[in-house]
Amino acid sequence: MIPGPFSYRRAASIEEAIALLQQYGGEAKVLSGGQSLIPMMKFRLAEPAVIVDINRVPGLDAIEERNGILAIGGLVREVALERSPLIRQRYPIIADTAEVIADPLVRNLATIGGNLAHGDPANDHPATMLALRAEVVARGPGGERTIPIDDFFVDTFTTALGPDEILTEIRVPAPPPRSGGAYVKFERKVGDYAVAAAAVFLVLDEAGKIAGAGIGLTNVYYKPLRAAEAENALLGQVPSGELFRAAAELAAKAADPTTDLRGPAEYKRAVARTMTFRALEAALSRAQAAS
Amino acid sequence: MTTTPIRGLGHPVKRKEDPRFIRGKGTYVDDIKLPGMLYLDIVRSPYAHARIKRIDASKALAMPGVVDVITGAELEKAGLAWMPTLMSDRQMVLPTDRVVYYAQEVAAVVATDRYTAADAVLAVEVEYEPLTPVLDPFKALEPGAPLVRPDREQKTNHIWHWEAGDKEKTDRIFQEAQVVVSQDLYIPRIHVCSIETCGCVVNYDRATDKLTIWMTSQAPHAHRTVFSLVSGIPEHKIRIISPDIGGGFGGKVPVYPGYVIATYAALKLGKPIKWIEDRSENLQADTFARDYHIHAELAATRDGKIRAMRVHTVADHGAFDAAANPSKFPAGLFSVCTGSYDMEAAHVAVDGVYTNKPPGGVAYRCSFRVTEAVHTIERMVDILADELGMDPAEIRFKNFIRPEQFPYKSPTGWEYDSGNYPATLQKALDAIGYQELRREQAERRARGELMGIGISTFTEIVGAGPSHTFDILGIKMFDSAEIRVHPTGSAIVRIGVQTQGQGHETTFAQIVAEELGLPVENIIVEHGDTDTAPYGLGTYASRSTPTAGAATAVAARKIREKARLIAAHLLEVSPDDLEWRDYAFRVKGAPDRFKTMQEIAFAAYTNFPQGLEGGLEAVCYYDPPNLTFPFGAYVCVVDIDRGTGQVKVREFLAVDDCGTIINPMIVEGQIHGGLTMGLAPALFEEIVYDENGTMLTGTFMDYLLPTAMETPHWKTDKTVTPSPHHPLGAKGVGESPTIGAPPAIVNAVVDALSHLGVRHIDIPITPAKVYQILLEKGVAE
Ligand SMILES: Cc1cc2nc3c(=O)[nH]c(=O)nc-3n(C[C@H](O)[C@H](O)[C@H](O)COP(=O)(O)OP(=O)(O)OC[C@H]3O[C@@H](n4cnc5c(N)ncnc54)[C@H](O)[C@@H]3O)c2cc1C
Repeated sequence: MIPGPFSYRRAASIEEAIALLQQYGGEAKVLSGGQSLIPMMKFRLAEPAVIVDINRVPGLDAIEERNGILAIGGLVREVALERSPLIRQRYPIIADTAEVIADPLVRNLATIGGNLAHGDPANDHPATMLALRAEVVARGPGGERTIPIDDFFVDTFTTALGPDEILTEIRVPAPPPRSGGAYVKFERKVGDYAVAAAAVFLVLDEAGKIAGAGIGLTNVYYKPLRAAEAENALLGQVPSGELFRAAAELAAKAADPTTDLRGPAEYKRAVARTMTFRALEAALSRAQAAS
Repeated sequence: MTTTPIRGLGHPVKRKEDPRFIRGKGTYVDDIKLPGMLYLDIVRSPYAHARIKRIDASKALAMPGVVDVITGAELEKAGLAWMPTLMSDRQMVLPTDRVVYYAQEVAAVVATDRYTAADAVLAVEVEYEPLTPVLDPFKALEPGAPLVRPDREQKTNHIWHWEAGDKEKTDRIFQEAQVVVSQDLYIPRIHVCSIETCGCVVNYDRATDKLTIWMTSQAPHAHRTVFSLVSGIPEHKIRIISPDIGGGFGGKVPVYPGYVIATYAALKLGKPIKWIEDRSENLQADTFARDYHIHAELAATRDGKIRAMRVHTVADHGAFDAAANPSKFPAGLFSVCTGSYDMEAAHVAVDGVYTNKPPGGVAYRCSFRVTEAVHTIERMVDILADELGMDPAEIRFKNFIRPEQFPYKSPTGWEYDSGNYPATLQKALDAIGYQELRREQAERRARGELMGIGISTFTEIVGAGPSHTFDILGIKMFDSAEIRVHPTGSAIVRIGVQTQGQGHETTFAQIVAEELGLPVENIIVEHGDTDTAPYGLGTYASRSTPTAGAATAVAARKIREKARLIAAHLLEVSPDDLEWRDYAFRVKGAPDRFKTMQEIAFAAYTNFPQGLEGGLEAVCYYDPPNLTFPFGAYVCVVDIDRGTGQVKVREFLAVDDCGTIINPMIVEGQIHGGLTMGLAPALFEEIVYDENGTMLTGTFMDYLLPTAMETPHWKTDKTVTPSPHHPLGAKGVGESPTIGAPPAIVNAVVDALSHLGVRHIDIPITPAKVYQILLEKGVAE
């Protein structure tokens, strides 16, 4: 459990962090909460020559609403999301997600920026951000750009971020009236990655029909998965158990999990279906309560 | 009269050891730091079976800070490439030509710091020629199977065959039986997972010729003897210190190659050496528990009276038979598998087999194989109940050994000391509301919900053991205590057993407090240092209280008899005129004339009668006349999620009977911990190998230890049936819950599915496994 040799640089500002990343090219890795990077280094699955610690960079830890969006700083810790009254009241799906990540020790350090930037399909925030149709803000030597979440996840452990870019913020559209979301995860034990999990965000029209739907799935595909067919099947429909079962079935079809110690692929697909169905029900009851 | 309360037997005294642990002031092996200490790390095999063609350490040796690289070839010259196991097999320390399991020690690196040692491990180049591994013990027994141990004379993977009971009589009953049920059960490999991994610090003092080893050892004295025999160093020149131990559970009974290599390195280099495993090494290469493939049968009458039991087991021992069992018991105490039930005959046979997996087979979570025995009988009784359409509680009442049958001679030769099984089960059923639960289950079933109730009424067998049957490498399994009362009435107790969390520093002080009438806080308990503690076989398999606990009581009573003489002298009466009552020697008929132990202790050094030796101390090496047989009745209620296959333990009640209770709080703590360690293999834990013999569960991400979140709220209760032969009536408790819990949980899950035709599920009962059953039975959501 001892990492290979590496050197450590601590950035005092975002500019310094970017400059350090540029200086070391692909040899450097950003360190935020360290809860994915450091285990990988200890197992020598990752052996960066340099780590650039951004934990002291100011201004990356805010959670605030502005101009019709929720802005979450890249360095916001899971524990802050769990405890934020704003998140709990207005974005309970994000609180659902933060709460089921790892354990309290990990959540005290782990950041939402790191959770997305790691590009791990087993991580929980990606599905939620897919369901919420979020945007990711990246800063690099050339300045700032925003990346729609659907373009962000490229491959397993690979995102649209360049080697000298830093994820500074996540932007989530403010919830419209009659909307609600939920994240439901099945894990073998606390601290485990999902066998399968589903994030669902629903918007109802005044008649109670589904006007908007977002569904993201965790750990059942080589990257975080949007269940687009399932979303489409919901649009314009009156919510019902039957409809949700059909949508959950479509979501499970989109999944392509692998067999491992969490279970055979077919089992995981079944759990994805169950999780989607339960997340749909939970999201609906929140949306109805919001109207 | 002393004003401080004595707080002897039965008091929930707070653990004396906790203040130092809570404050982070414990001293574990890894806390030992010596000047000039070097660090040892181990190169491990990536193959389960391979020939070693070449080891090239030149790159590692060229790294700054690397002091030495030790290989099997070098150890062979020193006669140390192999070491004896506790089961009279032999085991490689470092291999000379082949590796026989994944993560086996291949070479060792010594460096000036821990980090350099880790880097150098990767720089040692080893060329392997992979060989076909044999992982399945049944395949290992087939003709032409790859040979795990070509070093042995017998060219077979079969290690031994062992039997107990009366085969002829058993077979005869089976032939004529009205009902026979049979079942294959597999109890998988699991790991004890103590929070502290294994390791040692070895210091050889060239000036005094003394070898001191701080070692994560549950049995320091036995280890000192083994070290002396293997190395030829005289035993008085070896000192083994087992400081605070962060959990043992049997995993710190075996001698691991790392200890031997570190000792060799310390002797060779003349510098202190530290070796501490990391978590993955601990999970991958240290001793395991279980791995028993069991075929069990019960013969019964149509109205549910069990007549006989027949069991055949294939035991996977890995590449060396390095189990930690008493020598005459290669399958441990597995033959206690007739459990709490009276039957006419039983026959048990076990075959030990080599495979290309790590060696082991240990106590507590393996409990001298009592876990396997109890799992077998408690499952089989439920299977028989299902066959006959009987209630699992009813069939148990019908077959229990009755209270008046004790001492009870079991059909496999054990003599159960005491018990009252019907009372304990009845107490459990009443407390949990069994009939109400059955009604609820019927209602839920009608709605398509899956709820199950499981019972386990186990009998334990602990306290090895009587010298006529029990030894380890010839050393009889007695245990010891030495008590010294100081002039001012405080005392030191030294014991031959070794706590790893059981609370000996508290409970053994309570025994002395009770026997001598000295306040518990004035008694200090020491153990774990072979230079100071009396010889003993260590702590595992719930043996401490039955053996060393008895020794402590007997030693205290010897002191009391001497104290009587001094008290008589002080009170100027005849010793026969005194009686020990209310923690003092009182003149018969004049109870106000008395001497407390504190007064007597002072006199023992200042004013003792002529002809008596001064001082107040005693030693006892206690040879128990029999084992003790704790028991219990556990009831578990589960719900099954039809959408995921997840089993949720809704309620769990454990009614334990461990005889006289020394400290009820510690007993409850032992039960809570043990139940959690029973929940773990029932629902979560399993060591998994792929088809190449590579271990897939080498981290806590993959090897699932339940946390507080997975653990249900344990409810506990007790009955008290003292052991008739133990000086205090105590029986030992640590192991009971680990043994009793898994079948209660499995029985509950099977009960939830029994109406669908499910009769058995092997542990661990994972959600994926349950979901597959739900699919097959057409009830998956
Ligand atoms: C025991 C355990 C259990 C876990 N269980 C779960 C779980 O159930 N669900 C879950 O979602 N996660 C889980 N995690 C992972 C945890 O949430 C991680 O913290 C998270 O994946 C990464 O966040 P971090 O802040 O720790 O990032 P780090 O580990 O510091 O970094 C991760 C990666 O992202 C890069 N990176 C980090 N921040 C930025 C940034 N701002 N800009 C650009 N690149 C960046 C790093 O260079 C690195 O490559 C678990 C972790 C542990 C140790």
